[in-house]
Amino acid sequence: MTTLAIHNARIIDPELNLDGIADIVLVDGHVARIGPNEAEMVIDAERIDATGLVVSAGFVDLHCHLREPGFEYKETIATGTSAAAHGGFTTVCAMPNTSPPMDSQASIESLLRQIEQSAQVRVLPIGCITVGREGNELAPAGELVDSGVVALSDDGDAVADAALMQAALSYSSLFNLPVSQHAEDPSLVSDGQMHEGWVSTRLGLRGRPSSAEEIFVARDIALAEVTGGHLHIAHVSTAGSVSLIAAAKARGVNVTAEVTPHHLTLTHELVAFNTNYREIDYNASAKVNPPLRVDSDLEALGVGIRDGIIDAIATDHAPHSLSDKEIEFDLAAPGISMLETAFALSMTRVHDGTFPLGTLIRSLTSAPVRAWDLDKRTGISGLGTLAPGAPADLVIFDPDINWTVEPSKFLSKGKNTPLTGRTLKGKILVTISAGKIVYSDSAVAGRLRLSDRSEGI
Amino acid sequence: MVTNDSERPVEPLVGQSAEGALGTASQDVVWNHDHVLDLDDFLYEEIESVISLAGKMREVLDRRIARAPILRGFTVINLFFEPSTRTRASFELAGKVLGADVISVSANTSSVVKGESLIDTVKTLSAMTADVIVMRHEMSGAPYLASRHTRASVINAGDGSHAHPTQALLDIYTLKQRLGDLKDKKIVMVGDISHSRVARSGMWGFSAMGANVVLCGPPTLLPSGFAVSDRPEHARTALPDVDIETDIDVAIKDADVVMALRLQKERQQGGLLPSLHEYSRLYQVTAERLSKAKNNHILMHPGPKNEGIEIGGDVASGSNSTIEEQVTNGVAVRMALLYLIAQRNQRGN
Repeated sequence: MTTLAIHNARIIDPELNLDGIADIVLVDGHVARIGPNEAEMVIDAERIDATGLVVSAGFVDLHCHLREPGFEYKETIATGTSAAAHGGFTTVCAMPNTSPPMDSQASIESLLRQIEQSAQVRVLPIGCITVGREGNELAPAGELVDSGVVALSDDGDAVADAALMQAALSYSSLFNLPVSQHAEDPSLVSDGQMHEGWVSTRLGLRGRPSSAEEIFVARDIALAEVTGGHLHIAHVSTAGSVSLIAAAKARGVNVTAEVTPHHLTLTHELVAFNTNYREIDYNASAKVNPPLRVDSDLEALGVGIRDGIIDAIATDHAPHSLSDKEIEFDLAAPGISMLETAFALSMTRVHDGTFPLGTLIRSLTSAPVRAWDLDKRTGISGLGTLAPGAPADLVIFDPDINWTVEPSKFLSKGKNTPLTGRTLKGKILVTISAGKIVYSDSAVAGRLRLSDRSEGI
Repeated sequence: MVTNDSERPVEPLVGQSAEGALGTASQDVVWNHDHVLDLDDFLYEEIESVISLAGKMREVLDRRIARAPILRGFTVINLFFEPSTRTRASFELAGKVLGADVISVSANTSSVVKGESLIDTVKTLSAMTADVIVMRHEMSGAPYLASRHTRASVINAGDGSHAHPTQALLDIYTLKQRLGDLKDKKIVMVGDISHSRVARSGMWGFSAMGANVVLCGPPTLLPSGFAVSDRPEHARTALPDVDIETDIDVAIKDADVVMALRLQKERQQGGLLPSLHEYSRLYQVTAERLSKAKNNHILMHPGPKNEGIEIGGDVASGSNSTIEEQVTNGVAVRMALLYLIAQRNQRGN
């Protein structure tokens, strides 16, 4: 029997309506007890003093790119899940745009074997909506569900054809499987490099207008309404999308949504400007699809999280090699390496008062689990919570520590971030997955580790 | 910036030979650029310095034997990722008149597929001790990337839809020859503003000289963002203050300068225009339309022009047109830029 006892933490679990100082005891990979002085009662335990720190369930990411198989030079399951642990994530859903893409039982099974061997945290696979992600015919959803996928997505590209998207939503309803759409109308974003607005005009870059996203969000909501299928909108980026999703939810449409930490906090100005509005640059580390938008979008997205219109914060962790980014802006690969900055970047909106810490934790833990029924789908009860019997997946953080983003310290192979040198407030100190410490901050590890005070009793 | 003289001897660029070649050298040259990427960071005084020096270079060009070999031992590499006749020839000539070694390299972005990135290419060229890399690229921003990875000075000879600073400087030079001061002059640029690097650099340069710039074109070729009202308050100065007008007759009224921009025929195929015929009917710069401009107005075109589409054939060759002068002045302005960069590098700034 292995026991881990965490003393004197501020334990926050919105699902359990919990926010207070208590101890938490983990036994054999599960949460055993939460309560005052519970830790003192156990013997023969590894102990952590979490005085002044926050403990919550480990974070659950509905959207990341682990790149394996096929793009191991960008990321592997081993490095991507180490990055996840570093960022406080204990469950990540892996997008299927690998090579080969995850569109068959064989490819999923081979992926699961690789996960078994090298993953540091729980990885749940997502399957393709269409064969080869080519947008022509449906991938075998039934076969993919049996293999263990938790959702379908052609992320990176939208399913452009409306009839095919309707069929995908209709057919997936057989399995209550979410269909996660990368909502951007290709006819409006072909060759588009960044948000269409004054900055793209300034730089002479082709734009990706907000309307391209909103048209597909509106269209796909209509298709979900007609079919009853579960539509999930990946990386919502515009105020217009938030309104459409709010109205659809109010009508009872089966729709869920996620926003990324970067769309919640950064604008298109970051592509061109650093310190002033005269000197420009072409900062490919801020190139991402959908693109970073404008202040009014950030405001609406913040309200979306505050009010639960947007269910989850998901990272869209998109690691790339230096050579994928250090080229002409038009040729640079879109995406941001996000797992290791997601929590602290999202904390910006807690510190600025947009939503409380409990809401942030909910959107990183229980809300994504609910959005995709991940507990039922995986048979892991209590996933995303600290309920007794839940997996011992949790994170210890300090919401008020300032730290500076240095990509060289990322555990991800992808050092592609527009946040280099930026000071963020809020730091992950320990991540525990299935009762095992998978990450601990070297600066505080010694201080947190307690000797077993109950020895000799 | 690593100086060239630390690597190999360069003959004196200033002093006896240069002053002898150019007449009296200007004492109050203002110049603070390692690279020439756009005019957005140019002061009024810097543009004046270039123009004044271009005047001296123009005198050299007008000599029977146009040679002033003050850049001997200086290497200029033209790195062109996009076909160009006039800009490339203009830089070649500018370098050669001043006695520099000029090499032209045609490259294309498909070399990226073969594993040679833009960064590799410019590093290789600077290892060959290029002093200046003159770069033309079909993608906006490419010279900015190049300038961060080479010890050579990069001159942007046109990047995508973004900037073409040497064109704007030669336009300013040409206008100053005709008009003297540009302050409060109304300069109208007509056509495909959206895809025009000439318009983008022009609006910075003309505004820096005190002119009032008007952008005119159909809404499909006039992107949002140029009007001050399209930008948030904190970004008012992120672009020059220009006026936007979709009606060419309103735009041209009382103009001092009208510049017709080249219309790429692909714009019609891209669905941005119903037909070239309709474009010419609505936006061609014609004699009739120019009659509403000031009497002594100037007509410009950056070339190569599509007569009968964006500009009427009769006006293009008329007495108000500066189209041919622009070409000769282009060589003079590029000579001036090469000289200023060489002088700065030699000073070790």
